[in-house]
Amino acid sequence: MTLAVLSQAFALVFDPYVLWVIVASAAFGLFVGAIPGLTATMATALLVPVTFFMPPVPAIASIVTATAMAIFAGDIPSCLLRMPGTPASAAYTDEAYAMTKKGQGEVALGAGLVFSVIGGLFGTAVLIVAAPALAEIALKFSSFEYFWLVILGLSSAVFLAIGNPLKGVVSLLLGLLVASQGLDNPAAFPRFTFGNAELAGGLTLIPIMIGMFAVSEIIRNVATMDQPWEMAQTKIGNVFTGMWTLTKRYPLQILRGSTLGTAIGALPGAGADIAAWMSYAMSKRFSKEPEKFGSGHVEGIVEAGASNNSALAGAWIPALVFGIPGDSITAIVIGVLYIKGLNPGPTIFLEKAPEMYAIFIVFILANLLMVPLGIAAIKGASQLLRAPREVLMPVILLFCVVGSFAINNSPFGVVLMLAFGLVAYVMEENGFPVAPAILGMVLGAMLEEHFISSMIKADGRLLAFFERPIAAGLGALTLAVFAWPLVRAWILPDRNRA
Amino acid sequence: MRSVLKFAALLSALIVGAAHAQYPQRPIQLIVPWGAGGGTDATARIIASLMEKEIKQPINVVNRTGGSGVVGHDAIARAPADGYTIGLITVEITMMHHVGLTALGPGDYTPIGLVNADPAGIHVRIDSPYKNTKDLIAAIKANPGKMKASGTGQGGIWHLAIAGLLKDQGVDPGALPWVPSNGAAPGLQDMVAGGVDVVPCSIPEARAMIDAGKVRALSIMDANPPALYPNVPTLQKELGSNWAMAAWRVIAAPKGIPVEVQKTLGGALKKVYDSKEYKDFMASRGFGVVWADAEGTAKFMAKADTDLGATLKAVGLAK
Repeated sequence: MTLAVLSQAFALVFDPYVLWVIVASAAFGLFVGAIPGLTATMATALLVPVTFFMPPVPAIASIVTATAMAIFAGDIPSCLLRMPGTPASAAYTDEAYAMTKKGQGEVALGAGLVFSVIGGLFGTAVLIVAAPALAEIALKFSSFEYFWLVILGLSSAVFLAIGNPLKGVVSLLLGLLVASQGLDNPAAFPRFTFGNAELAGGLTLIPIMIGMFAVSEIIRNVATMDQPWEMAQTKIGNVFTGMWTLTKRYPLQILRGSTLGTAIGALPGAGADIAAWMSYAMSKRFSKEPEKFGSGHVEGIVEAGASNNSALAGAWIPALVFGIPGDSITAIVIGVLYIKGLNPGPTIFLEKAPEMYAIFIVFILANLLMVPLGIAAIKGASQLLRAPREVLMPVILLFCVVGSFAINNSPFGVVLMLAFGLVAYVMEENGFPVAPAILGMVLGAMLEEHFISSMIKADGRLLAFFERPIAAGLGALTLAVFAWPLVRAWILPDRNRA
Repeated sequence: MRSVLKFAALLSALIVGAAHAQYPQRPIQLIVPWGAGGGTDATARIIASLMEKEIKQPINVVNRTGGSGVVGHDAIARAPADGYTIGLITVEITMMHHVGLTALGPGDYTPIGLVNADPAGIHVRIDSPYKNTKDLIAAIKANPGKMKASGTGQGGIWHLAIAGLLKDQGVDPGALPWVPSNGAAPGLQDMVAGGVDVVPCSIPEARAMIDAGKVRALSIMDANPPALYPNVPTLQKELGSNWAMAAWRVIAAPKGIPVEVQKTLGGALKKVYDSKEYKDFMASRGFGVVWADAEGTAKFMAKADTDLGATLKAVGLAK
């Protein structure tokens, strides 16, 4: 990279029009992300027709900025109202909401913001330095490797279940059952569709997620209407002082979350949502105080918040180098890249160097811009909690309805949301956590698809899951994770009882 | 008497004209049965943004995904036949009813126009020992079941493309087992990772991997070589076969919309198709452009329905 290229890149970005596009897309992304049911992917799709009429750099800049903002903004309703704004926030929704109930809502949101920024910057740095090399590795993943990755992801369920792991597993299995419904299975065989076109479309994740988290909470609020609505929030004043303390306390967690997030993001089959689940589980597994998880403990939010934003940048690695989407957002981006003459390929960094470095600068700018806009959004949104409950709850329900409808433009989404809201209420009243069920729904289709694909490729030989080097390594790791609690119980049988 | 008839004809033309002169009076919804970001979605969005200028009303693109396209196609067919809901229907509408996924067929729509077709190519890994289609097919025949192919779901268009070609060449389609995938990109990635051996997808879908030197295009199932890579031979040249298969996209409305509305939409769509913006967009993505008006599209779809039905039956996928 020469100085000339860099100055060209800066000239491309620091143009009044481009800067205006960045600020406008940031506000747009913040809005879309904060409304449950409207995802970062949807923000990108809505931007595409607008980008048709823009030069290449502002076109890509608008998407980069809007998605980064949307993924962070998903934390806001997740934390304050227990409504994950995007699936990437679902992993730590309960934790953040528990913090809000303890009066630490601003700490949770501040952590979500600051560590989103750090994760995003980390992912960008990796994208700049190591994209071609990492993309080569990502291309080595076949269905065998993804199968093990999904199994590792499922093991997170055990860590998500607070208190009773058995109930966590039951909830996970329920999620897997729901995921098997519909036509989107490897043989495209209609399961539990009863000849209905809406059911053939499958039970869509987002309305279910909104129902299970938000609607169940609304029902609970209605059921306990006579009790006082106490959610006094401690002001943290300067967001950064508090966050500096957290950074000093959890440096390893931040690094681990960012690294895992970037890696998962770079894999074409997995994105920000899976990265967040795995990071949250990892955080609990290696924490010095795992017992605090679930009761409103910030550690998991720090790690998973960094993870999902770094995954966003990571997903651009295979997209830019091989035109293979790292997630659903970059799947859209690849089309825009072609239209703008920025054809993906290993040589893009040489042939289109000024544009590429301009895009990297936009990544950095977008993450930095998240700080002032994010703080403003947090301060504004926190006022919500002062609203009387009788007013707030119907408004939340309204947003749930809008979000569930918007995802497929279908009233069936609203029905799904309400039905699963009831299911989740009954589950939680009986001590079954809902997060593992959501995890099962996120991973269920992938689990089946990669298992069946692998079996077809291997003509039914199970040993094939260990025949490729990366698959063998992941397989051994997975078995170790599953076997460890048994081994530990066997080696140290009576340590606690003695 | 003649003048009376003339007058009546004129009058009725005026009345009919006045009744429909206002169409469209409000925004139009364009339903896409596939996800945001794919090639179908991108095509629908560029058409919508250009067609808005022709008919002076906003056109909103709505993605109704799921059920391998069933949900969206169903939504288009069931929409009110008033011209305010149209859709982009794809090749799957001539396939799904043969395998029992839905009762809907191409006859359940009013065609507006055919706007695109992308023929299937045959792709292998760059280090594959097979340098041409003949060697590849000979190897599949010699070792049935050894090689695997992927690139779409079970019984999807690319699955049919290769299965039909094998049948055409006198090879059992079962000699190349199909690994279902969620589209061409994951299939290609799996092939580069060593998971499968052949991906018969369209050329634009494989373009980045071809340019990156990871994938080799052996041939194209079309009468002409692809515009992006004029050196890729046709099947006619490679095997002397006339086997052809393409994924196509049609703008359609529910069955029974008023003829005037169909004409308005058809005229606007033709202008969009002829525009430089549309041609530039399709060329930049490497998508093929083909035009047929309403009548031509209806014939085209009816023929595709017969052909694909026969292929599905021949390879044992039809119910």
